[in-house]
Amino acid sequence: MRLLADLFLLIGAAFALLGALGLLRMPDTYNRIQAGTKAVTLGALSFILGIGLLYPGWWAKLLVIAGFILFTNPVGSSSIARAIHLAGTQPWQRASSDPLALKAPQEDKSA
Amino acid sequence: MTLNSLELIVAAMLGVAVLLGLLRLILGPTAPDRIVSADTISVIITAGLTGVAAWFGSALYLDVALIYGILAFVGVVALARTIEGGRQ
Amino acid sequence: MDNISRAPPLTLPHYLFIFATVYLLWLLLVGELSRQELILGGLVSLVVTLVSAPHLLIFGGVKLRIDAPLHLLRYLGYFFVALIRANLDMARRILSPSLPINPRMVEVETGLRSTLGRLMLANSITLTPGTLSVDVKDNHILVHWVDVSPGVDLEAATREIAAGFERHLSGFLR
Repeated sequence: MRLLADLFLLIGAAFALLGALGLLRMPDTYNRIQAGTKAVTLGALSFILGIGLLYPGWWAKLLVIAGFILFTNPVGSSSIARAIHLAGTQPWQRASSDPLALKAPQEDKSA
Repeated sequence: MTLNSLELIVAAMLGVAVLLGLLRLILGPTAPDRIVSADTISVIITAGLTGVAAWFGSALYLDVALIYGILAFVGVVALARTIEGGRQ
Repeated sequence: MDNISRAPPLTLPHYLFIFATVYLLWLLLVGELSRQELILGGLVSLVVTLVSAPHLLIFGGVKLRIDAPLHLLRYLGYFFVALIRANLDMARRILSPSLPINPRMVEVETGLRSTLGRLMLANSITLTPGTLSVDVKDNHILVHWVDVSPGVDLEAATREIAAGFERHLSGFLR
């Protein structure tokens, strides 16, 4: 049982590490959000599942924490993405099919 | 409970993950990048606090993790609204 | 923002639903089923429901039907498969030295009318392989793709992702 729990803890920590690594490697803010959100959400869920296997009596509160992370993490990420989108940040690379691109301060010359 | 070697490795990996996030927070280069890394770090720490609860064998830290997660979420959304430029 | 004002007023079943949700959350946080906690939790949940329900118009998006829990379970199953696939995909991208990404923005239309429905759809899209919801405008969701392979019909691919979630979400959300 403990070995199974440790396995989930290890998977969780590995995905958290991947998310942080993605945060460092990705070239622009949108992609950093993508890497950060996805990997860290699954990492946190897997880690909490591992803790739940170690201490089965804590399942209720762990469920609340896991549900909270699952629901709020994408909301937080999308709100940052929306903020930089409204501020006119273009995705990395040249082409963009974004309909709001015309409102952005810098015009896309290559489109 | 005492940690076995695998769990020590897990704790070290979480620590490295937070350090990498912190590096992005320092490097920036823009404010949104720093908010993204703060968001990522806070989720890793929320999960890590449940690990602390297991380590110390005290369910009290679960409440700490929950409150920490809630405050971090509110903070991130507030920061995102602050830097929001082209509000209609 | 603009569609909050169009939200329908809450009916009695919705009040009961909010009460049940608050009560369930209380029981999960307390973590025991003694008579004392059940009674106190019921009183607190009742007060919280009466005070906060007029501000929780977002709950008007919930379809209170008998088969709604079934659709919720199906949605969760579908969602977790997508989440795990998304992570394996993202892990591959982060770990490969060449960093194979080619980002693009795409708009997708949704048939879900309620604020809650669109919120859940946008959340789901954020956690699926290679996509991130950026903005919601009326019934359009702006999606950021991390990798666009040449020759792929992006509009169709996005519509397919949205339709997959919508099929399950529309079982319990408007």
